[in-house]
Amino acid sequence: MSNLRIIPRLDIKGQNLIKGVQLEGLRVIGDPQEHAIRYYQAGADELIYMDIVASLYGRNNLSDIISRAADQVFIPITVGGGIRSVDDVRHILRSGADKVAINTAAIARPELISEVARRFGSQAMVLSIEAKQVAPGKWEAYTDNGRERTGLDVIEWAKRGAEMGAGELMVTAVDREGTRKGFDIDLIQQVRSAVSIPVIASGGMGTIGHFLEAAQEGGADGVAMADVLHYGRMSLPDIRAAALDAKLEVRDI
Amino acid sequence: MSPSKKVTLLDYGMCNMLNVARAFEHAGAELTVTEDPRDALSAERLVVPGVGAFSDSMKEVRTRGHDDAIRRFAETGRPMLGICVGMQILFEGSDEFGQAAGLGIIGGWIKAVPSQSLEGQPQRVPHIGWNQLMQPCETNRGWQDTILESTEPGKAAVYFVHSFAAVPANPGDRLADFIYGGYHLSAAIKRDNVTATQFHPERSGALGIAMLRRFMDS
Repeated sequence: MSNLRIIPRLDIKGQNLIKGVQLEGLRVIGDPQEHAIRYYQAGADELIYMDIVASLYGRNNLSDIISRAADQVFIPITVGGGIRSVDDVRHILRSGADKVAINTAAIARPELISEVARRFGSQAMVLSIEAKQVAPGKWEAYTDNGRERTGLDVIEWAKRGAEMGAGELMVTAVDREGTRKGFDIDLIQQVRSAVSIPVIASGGMGTIGHFLEAAQEGGADGVAMADVLHYGRMSLPDIRAAALDAKLEVRDI
Repeated sequence: MSPSKKVTLLDYGMCNMLNVARAFEHAGAELTVTEDPRDALSAERLVVPGVGAFSDSMKEVRTRGHDDAIRRFAETGRPMLGICVGMQILFEGSDEFGQAAGLGIIGGWIKAVPSQSLEGQPQRVPHIGWNQLMQPCETNRGWQDTILESTEPGKAAVYFVHSFAAVPANPGDRLADFIYGGYHLSAAIKRDNVTATQFHPERSGALGIAMLRRFMDS
């Protein structure tokens, strides 16, 4: 079994790969296609694309970028940001994505989770949760890149999402995002034990040690990482080698 | 070995069809995508993709008259490849959402991936992620002259995403297994000219592309 996935995450604004700090304060990094091909060739298990300004405009604008990527990249692709309807999902999957990650629209209308799962299969429906800590061991779900609060408890929302047919959860710790201070292990652990679907940890990776923690202590099924790769602070083969050394169940390439 | 790289991809409205097409093009195929059962039947090599629910897929296949074309193509002896649900529908039926009949080309049934490991521990379903291909215990056919030729058993990992898996009636139809929670489940099957994979070669990186190339060489 090699079910621990190493997942580069590409945050996109317009045509550019960008990187934010706590999902705000954006910096342009470069051409998403170049990075996607590089990560694919270096052994990424999957790619996640997020249109981080989509919710401002009310729609996802990644279909051209995804369609170009799908011509060159032959691993699963997840796309999120501004996806609001079954039609939006169909459009994104037709562009070449395998799954969609939905946050805001699922909170506004949780039935969307079931509709997407029924039409395209639960494997295509990733529930994206932006979690902000409100008390020790307690997190609130946010939308719009951590700007809008929802009043929903993250653990309760995770359970409900799984019951409604989400095939995976991607949990981003908003407070950690872009800080390189490590994942919120307590959050990953609690979400993971609340649901029986795979959980992807996102937000805060700064060292290979953080990756190992998310998997070993947090129990993450996938680990998403962005700036550590974009800025070349570490490479995918280094992360994979460290994971294999630690006897983690990653793919041996 | 045929020098032609002609591959016909059957389009029955499934979303992963385009990605299978892209992967074959990347592998150097002369690709035709068709909804027409007559084109499918006259193909040099036929690929039946699929993702999603078994009964929905069967409904789409029947609506387009593809059921008969796939059955008759399997009898021609020309190479055929089923992928994921495109593999599952080749069997007699599936337990997914009650019970649904399949094409019955391969004997056996599609059953749920166990949600508990052999030791009784809860395990995650759907089975999503990369998993190693193993030689089935029951058969010793080896992988030479199959799409898995020069794939290393127990090491090479491919991408899976599914909640159901095939249980072939004839163990000799098992080409490769994967292990999940201690259970040996069917990763690929082969009977005569029909090869099918539960995993997604089009999503399994360079290794998967190499498998598609070997299918084109068959």
